[in-house]
Amino acid sequence: MSSSFWLKPRLLWPAIAVLAVGVWALVAAGQSPYLQYRDWVYVISGFAGIAALCLFPVQPILAHEGGINGRLGHRWIGAAAFALVLVHVGGLWITSPPDVIDALLFRSPTPFSVWGVASMIAIFALGVVAILRRRIAPMVWRRVHMALVVLIVGGAVLHTVLIIGTMGQVSKYALCAVVLLAAGWGVWRTRLS
Amino acid sequence: MSRLTMNRRRLLGAAGAASLVGMPAMAQSVAPTPTMRGGANNYRPGAPIVERIGGGGFLMTGRVRRAGDGAPLAGRRIQMWAHTIEGHERDWASHGATLTDAEGRFQMDMPQIVPAFGQAHGHLAYDADEDAAFGGGEFQTVFLRPLMASPNDKTLNVEFVLVEA
Repeated sequence: MSSSFWLKPRLLWPAIAVLAVGVWALVAAGQSPYLQYRDWVYVISGFAGIAALCLFPVQPILAHEGGINGRLGHRWIGAAAFALVLVHVGGLWITSPPDVIDALLFRSPTPFSVWGVASMIAIFALGVVAILRRRIAPMVWRRVHMALVVLIVGGAVLHTVLIIGTMGQVSKYALCAVVLLAAGWGVWRTRLS
Repeated sequence: MSRLTMNRRRLLGAAGAASLVGMPAMAQSVAPTPTMRGGANNYRPGAPIVERIGGGGFLMTGRVRRAGDGAPLAGRRIQMWAHTIEGHERDWASHGATLTDAEGRFQMDMPQIVPAFGQAHGHLAYDADEDAAFGGGEFQTVFLRPLMASPNDKTLNVEFVLVEA
């Protein structure tokens, strides 16, 4: 492994904290009593959503403090989050098509659906824009990326907090706090003009 | 002057309150229950009339009345389904129906409802087409998706006020 991969020492503990909260959230959800009443497709789609959220706080650390390999990792983790959102929504669609169709058409009775769908649209848009990155002026790319990140993170956190699901209450709020902190730090670190 | 204004306000307030007390005369106009968004999701028409859905343990209760005079509607068919400890909403075994008694009341012993798709909720239907087989069907179809106040609740009460088609 090249030395350009290593995080700066001052980011060791934040990085460990991010990993620990992610593992905590996944383990706590794995102990939910609701899991036994769900078939495997529904279980996987739920965990795909949690896993995507766990990846979010890793992103600004890799982008700003991970060197060249960190920026490469940032792209792969972004692609992984994109794929996890597809698994999340696809699994929910198989589990209950009418509920997902209502959400996608913005007519769902559940208040969290609109935030989940907004976040999903933003992450898909970011995927498309990221592929076209080299054709976009750097500062335009950066601003579009940041605007979409704010939508993705804000939407995902509201979506998560409002849901009564398998996530543990405390670990859910802890993970959301870490996601918001990391995103805020990332936006603060990014020169936008 | 300000005192007089206050008195006028109080007088108007009292008059308003008095007119509200007079409302029961108008309360015979019972408003119909509108279909809820998502109410018909995973509905499987034609569930059998059953004493109990699965092993039971959760009590769905309710009443069916006529819009306007609020008269109870007897013998009307109500179907219910939910994500429970025994299965998903789409599963046939999660669905069951019952008929209202002389007071328009119905109840169903069904498996414990558990949160699914982010909320602990049930589904109920008054489906005119299905009710026709039981000598009814003259009211407009209504689909409901009531929320439980807590996922730990062991009962849920649901009111239907139907409008003639």
